[in-house]
This record gives sequence, structure tokens and C-alpha cells, in this order.
Amino acid sequence: MSIVSAKSDAAVSARRTPAEETAAAPLAPRARLLPALAAVYRAQLSRARVARIPLLFVATFQSVGIMVLMRGVVDGGAEARAVVAGASVLVVAFVALNLLAQYFGQLRAGGGLDHYATLPVPPAAVVLGAAGAYASFTVPGTVVTAVAGSVLFELPLTHLWVLAAVIPLSGAALAGLGAALGLLAPRQEMATLLGQLGMSAALLLGVLPADRLPEPVSYARDLLPSTYGVEAMARTFDAHPDWPAVALDLAVCAAVGVVSLAVATWAYRRAAVR
Amino acid sequence: MVRDLVKTYPAARGRRGTPGTPEVRASDGISLEVRRGEIFGLLGPNGAGKSTLVRQLTGLMRPDAGTVHVLGHDLVRHPERAARLIGYLGQESTALDELTVALAAETTGRLRGLSAREARAERDAVLEELGLTGLAGRPLKKLSGGQRRLACFAATLVGERPVLVLDEPTTGMDPVARRAVWAAVDRRRAEHGATVLLVTHNVIEAETVLDRVAVLDRGRVIACDSPSGLKEHVAGEVRVELVWRERAPLDVPEVAALRDSAQESGRRWVLRLAPEEARAAVAAVTGGAAFAALDDFTLATPSLEDVYLALGGNATKGLVKA
Repeated sequence: MSIVSAKSDAAVSARRTPAEETAAAPLAPRARLLPALAAVYRAQLSRARVARIPLLFVATFQSVGIMVLMRGVVDGGAEARAVVAGASVLVVAFVALNLLAQYFGQLRAGGGLDHYATLPVPPAAVVLGAAGAYASFTVPGTVVTAVAGSVLFELPLTHLWVLAAVIPLSGAALAGLGAALGLLAPRQEMATLLGQLGMSAALLLGVLPADRLPEPVSYARDLLPSTYGVEAMARTFDAHPDWPAVALDLAVCAAVGVVSLAVATWAYRRAAVR
Repeated sequence: MVRDLVKTYPAARGRRGTPGTPEVRASDGISLEVRRGEIFGLLGPNGAGKSTLVRQLTGLMRPDAGTVHVLGHDLVRHPERAARLIGYLGQESTALDELTVALAAETTGRLRGLSAREARAERDAVLEELGLTGLAGRPLKKLSGGQRRLACFAATLVGERPVLVLDEPTTGMDPVARRAVWAAVDRRRAEHGATVLLVTHNVIEAETVLDRVAVLDRGRVIACDSPSGLKEHVAGEVRVELVWRERAPLDVPEVAALRDSAQESGRRWVLRLAPEEARAAVAAVTGGAAFAALDDFTLATPSLEDVYLALGGNATKGLVKA
């Protein structure tokens, strides 16, 4: 059902030169990965001012509250270390996994992905920019929790600098997981549910001391990427930490981060073009 | 020049758990040719398939069959090129809602491949052009619907594109904002020869700003011409609107006779009549018993809405006249 009338068709072809027929218009440049990533990251960070700050407080209060609660249960030593490390990484799980899954779920349901999909931006820039920003949101809460916990349980603050590695690496793993869940979930409510479940798992399996868990549950613990962040951090409360073991734990986080971010990027591509 | 041959979209949108969802042909063999530098409209009621067509043009959705050529590029084969040719304003602002107006525009420019400096310069120019400079620091979320729409439009303009696809750009805007939008569109056409594809269900807007318009109904193009050309379809007719005080005096035989050709909505009757019929009808309702029941009447030349109805458009509702 072509509607252009014969008369106007003729007028068009008379005006159109052969060169115009064949020559394709020049394409505008693509956005390159790093500048685009930086732009997404910056925009996401600015959202924190509008939307995220109250939730960051919730994350920190939750972790500090859990540590206060656990003080009556554990009595120093290895268990105390596990509690402090678990509560610190829980902040990362809350923000990077749970909130990011919700954000991507909401973006997808609300048609927000169309905005990015109609811009010449590499999918990795969108996913990594958002994941990076959410991992950054966790920094203040994690540091506050770790310091408060160390003071509460009288643990040394000497090696807390390891947070500089624990936050980005477990942040990458959990944010990648959160982004993938949010983008793969068929519905927005499902994304929220999966994010919440992931965080609850990080809470139960990360904060409760490992040797008190029943055996099947401890396998589940091994499957959760946040566990390796928790273990790496717990090890550094020793006077002489086992650094190769710490590095190995963090390497697991890094590997999960790479894989889950790649999956999230693939999921984004899939979600953006239906 | 956007040349768009055939596009069929037999969407079998059967959702799991809800069986019996019938297949929807949102684009049922649509063919259109839009010329370079033209402001071309897609007009139709809700659900006519306007947005589906636009999503296929912008690479957001793959057509099941058919081709889309934009400025010499095959967008079915290379959907990723759409983003480098087309500036798209969708209906949703979710991605930008929590950003300030300035940052939304700047970030969008950056993601269109501008350098930081270019993006800032274009952002300032576009916000100034649209009268948004005063709102630059406000998050989109905190703005009224029309202002938010204008801010999204601003983001669409940062990072010049030869083709603009605007899906109901002026929804919720006040007249000042509307004028700013059309002035900006005109300027881009005059200075850069930009082609604009506009989705609308606003008849008045379609009549005033479009060079040509395609009328869509249930996934098909039922007409495509200039607004005045389309109106010639019904040029021999006059639109008569009657508003009764309480209800139509059907005991008057002339009024009862008119009822068959009238479209009734409450107290309001709309008729499309030949001029002499219209004269007779007006004489009948303004004289005698019927006049007492008449609240108001108007005679007008037909609008695009009448064209739409005359073409067999299904909707007695759905087109907006404000």
C-alpha cells in the first residue's frame, strides 16, 4: 500500500540526482567506551544526590545493627572477624546487588533502556558505568561499618586498607550479578525479588560464622561471590595475614566480576533490542 | 530522505500464562517515503501502530519483513547505524528522571559521541534556545510533565543528527513550550536540512506543523498526503456541530432525520454534510420547535479528524483536538 502519489513521486525523482540516490549520508561518530563510561558513571553518581542517600544510610544502619546484635552471640576471635567482615561486605551486597538489580529492572520495565539503545554507546559503557557507580555508593557505608565493627569487637584497624581492594572487587562481582539479574528478570517485580534474595543470602551466609552452618548451607555459601570478599577481609584481621590466601579470595571476586559483568552486558544488549 | 518500503510486523505476542492473546499486526505492510528536509507526521489513534513503526525505524525493534532505508543506510541489516543517524525522543523519560536538566542534556550529548567540551557548549546553546536555562539545575523528576518533556527534547537535540524522530514531543506542554519546540525543529530544518518524523495524535498540531502526514489505522497507512491535500478528500463537505440543551428534540421530524447521519456523544452531534444539506439542517434546527432545545451550533470546514473518519478510520475516539 504505497501512498506516495505518482505525481509527487515524479517530482521527487526529478529533484534527486543520481549521486544522491546512491551516496549514503555520513554517520555521526560512535561514543567511545571510556568517555561514554565516564559520562554514565558521572550521571549515575549524581543520581545519588536525588535518590540514593537515604538508602545508603539504611544499608549502614542495617550492618551496624547486625554487629551490635551479634555481639551477644559471638565472643571474639575468628567469629568476631567473620561478623565484622560479613557486615561490611553486606553493605556492598545491599547497594551493588540489590539496588542495582532493582534499578535495571525498573529501567527495563519503564522503557528507560530505549534512551541508551538509541544512542551510539557501547553496551559495556552503560553496564560498567552503572555498576561502577553503585559500587562507589557502597564506599562510605562499608568503611563506616568496618571501622565501627573493629572498634566494637576490639579488632586491629591495621590492615583495613585492604578495603581498597575488597570494595572494588566484591563490588564488581556483586554489581555484575545485580545488573545481570535486573536485566534478565522477565518482570520488574522479579528483578526486585531476586535482588532482595541475593542480599538476604549475603546476609545469612556472610555474617553468620561459617562453622556453625549446616553442611548443605555451607556449600551454598561457597557459591556466593560475596563470601570470598568476606573471607579475604576476615583474614586481614590477623596480626600476620596469609596474604596469598587473601589474594586468591580476591581473585575469585575479580573473576566472578568479569564473568557477571560480561553476562550483564549481554543481557543489556538482549533487553535493549526486542 | 527516509525511504521505507514494506514492513510487516506480525507480532505473536502470546504471553505465557495468558493464553489466547491474538496475534497483533502492529505494522501491516507499511510503505512510506519521507523526503529529505520534510516534516512528516504519523497520525492515528492510540494503538494504530505509530510507535511500533517508529521503534522499527530507530533500530529498537526488528521488523519481521520489509526494509528500512534512512539516508542511504539499510537499517534492517545495520540497526546499530540508526543511533548515528537519528535523534530519537521516546515517550518515556525513566533514564533521565533523576538527573538535572543540564546533566541529562550533557550526558546524552556525551553518549552521542561529543567531547566533554562540545557537549557542554551544545547543552548551553540548546537549553538557552528552549528557554530551559532557568531550570538547568533542577532534576527532571521535580519538573511538571510539560517541562520534563521539553527537557527530554533538549537532550534529543544535543549532538546534531540529520534525522529527528519525535514520538509525541509536545504532550503536556503549554503553548510557549510548544512554540519553542516547533521553532527549534524549524531552525534545524532551515540550517541543516534536518528531516523530522513526528508521531502525533493531535490533529491541530498535525494541520499546522506538518508538510505531509500519513494516517495510520490498525497497522496500515490509510492515507498519505499534505494536510490540505488530505482535506480535499472531504472538500465538498461541511462539518455541522449541534449541542442540545438537554437532549435532541426527536419529535421534530427534521431532527429525527438528521440523527441517522450524526455522530452522537452525549448532548453533542457532529454531522458531515453537503453544503445545501447543511443549510437545510441549520434552517431546520434554528427555526421552530428545535431551536428551543438547541444550546449551540457551529459550521466549519472539515478538519483532519473528519478526513480520518471519512477514510474509514475506526476511531470515533483517540484523536485529540487540543
